[in-house]
Amino acid sequence: MSRAEPAAGRREQPATVETQDHATGPEARPAAGAARPPRWHWTLGLFRSELVTVFRRRRTMALCAVLAGVPLLVGVAVRIETRGGGSVGGGGRGDAGPAFIEQVSNNGLFLTFAGLAATLPFFLPMAVGVVAGDAVAGEAGGGTLRYLLVAPAGRSRLLLAKYASVLVFCLAATLVAAVSALIVGFALFPVGDVTTLSGTSIPLSEGMLRALLIALLVAASLVGIAALGLFVSTVTDSGIGAMATTVGLLITVQIVDNIPQLHAVQPYLFTHYWLSFADILRDPVTWTAIGRNLGLQALYAAVFGSAAWARFTSRDITA
Amino acid sequence: MAQPTAAADVVIETRGLAKQYRGTLAVDGIDLRVPRGSVFGFLGPNGSGKTTTIRMLMGLIAPTAGTARVLDRPMPRAARAVLPRVGALIEGPALYGFLSGRDNLVRYDSADPTADPRTRAARVDAALDRVGLAAASGKKAKAYSLGMKQRLGLAAALLQPRELLVLDEPTNGLDPQGMREIRALVRELAADGTTVFLSSHLLDEIEQVCTHAAVMARGRLITQGPVEELAAGTHGRLAVTGPDPAEARRVLAGFGVTGLTADGDRVTGDLPADPAAVPDLAEINAALVAAGVRVRGFGRERASLEDAFVALTGEGFDVAG
Ligand SMILES: Nc1ncnc2c1ncn2[C@@H]1O[C@H](COP(=O)(O)OP(=O)(O)OP(=O)(O)O)[C@@H](O)[C@H]1O
Ligand SMILES: [Mg+2]
Repeated sequence: MSRAEPAAGRREQPATVETQDHATGPEARPAAGAARPPRWHWTLGLFRSELVTVFRRRRTMALCAVLAGVPLLVGVAVRIETRGGGSVGGGGRGDAGPAFIEQVSNNGLFLTFAGLAATLPFFLPMAVGVVAGDAVAGEAGGGTLRYLLVAPAGRSRLLLAKYASVLVFCLAATLVAAVSALIVGFALFPVGDVTTLSGTSIPLSEGMLRALLIALLVAASLVGIAALGLFVSTVTDSGIGAMATTVGLLITVQIVDNIPQLHAVQPYLFTHYWLSFADILRDPVTWTAIGRNLGLQALYAAVFGSAAWARFTSRDITA
Repeated sequence: MAQPTAAADVVIETRGLAKQYRGTLAVDGIDLRVPRGSVFGFLGPNGSGKTTTIRMLMGLIAPTAGTARVLDRPMPRAARAVLPRVGALIEGPALYGFLSGRDNLVRYDSADPTADPRTRAARVDAALDRVGLAAASGKKAKAYSLGMKQRLGLAAALLQPRELLVLDEPTNGLDPQGMREIRALVRELAADGTTVFLSSHLLDEIEQVCTHAAVMARGRLITQGPVEELAAGTHGRLAVTGPDPAEARRVLAGFGVTGLTADGDRVTGDLPADPAAVPDLAEINAALVAAGVRVRGFGRERASLEDAFVALTGEGFDVAG
């Protein structure tokens, strides 16, 4: 429906070119139903497109900025506290997460551990909850879901692409927090050999490797809430509602995890083993709690992933 | 598959297709047949079930009862094979506001597993060009006007050469020039052999472009067929305009014209249904002159689809309660 004149001109001039275009060009008519057989790697286009859509949203950028800002804030605070010399008179809560803060002024690498320990309980899972909750519900509410489905993206394929892109976001968000902490730590504090929680000393290079391993474990800790958020997202047509529900569930679970009387259910809560990543800093590393954490995350991914799939492949798309 | 010859020339065929939402029966057992190569107008007042039918045809919602075949394959079961050959605009366009118009099309094209990524840019350019959006393709979609969004939605439906285009109220929000362009585009696509299934509640729009039409009301399919046949089923009305409506009325009644109504200086009435009893219009005119009736306008008005609709439903083109 281009304006009459230029359209006519366009169609007449390249008439000769168009004849050869017919074989391969985009204007080629479908000779038969099987004229355009899909190639398996073309399907990756949807995954790439999902990633672009997730990361180009301003909201995603804002979440990443918050995640980068938390370690910066912690680093600057520690730096100001310790200006007069000596170390932070922190809580001294044994070997639990926040304890890392005490070591930050002696070794900047510990800001990476402290930064992850500070963001894992809330900021990281909140960011993942927002992205996962919005994944399907946001598109349903915006109406773009129906066009993806008539494209046809295929319901299972679309859901898989969405879950994969949320998992990539888990990793990216964790790395943003970790890298920001690493840079701030190295910029503000002395760096050297790492004293493990067991009291032994390991070289900085190995400390860095363990930091990377910890970042990966933290990212893996978010697999469960990602699946939970995706399931919530398939239930409603409101992106905001799905995000709020997911973050609300996160807060509820965190509260339940901290009520001693409810210890019977606590081992089944996806947040329960989150701080197990600190065990990487023992010498030798103890794997029991880490293994439990990974197993629990896999269980949540399986249960809520299947629930999301069952719901999404059978539901009416009326928005 | 059972009747290859019969099936080949029907692109949409439903049998007893029905959809019940919690309270309402939105679509009530319709048998729709859309011939290949037609421009098919799907008519009905607001809330009559047009969009619901289209959603079922596109596999977005599951029918409560009945079956639907699109391009000779069952829907929604064969969606992956059927939908790449179908372009659709359903209940208005939906876009990613934070992406440019071009990136919106890239996204929808990536969702099609049969779309070759190497020719994606060319496809997107061709589609943008076709709807006259090439110049605005770099703008964020949230900055688009309603008509521009509608055009971009159409462009998404035209990314691939399609066998069937399903357009739900495609001229919604367009300026008169845009409407004309859509009609031209529809004719052009039809000339290329694409079947166009066009829903609308604008009767004259359907009349202008469609070869076939179906009429929905309260979830039921009232009639379907070639447009001329639908309109021909209703007789045109005889109309006399002039300053002496009372006199004109008396003369017309003398010729057996029934259902006479006067509206200001215009008198209209139905000619007798029996073709043998229809008087020569020249005779009526002469009689009017002889009776001293001053006539400004005289003639038989062609039955419009609206007349056909009113005749079929016995009601106006209003939303059913
Ligand atoms: N998601 C839904 N839930 C419940 N009822 C619905 C839903 N969608 C539509 N309906 C009802 O189904 C009926 C048909 O709606 P539909 O959208 O198919 O009408 P339409 O012919 O497309 O109307 P319009 O011309 O206004 O677009 C209406 O009575 C409507 O209220
Ligand atoms: Mg509608």
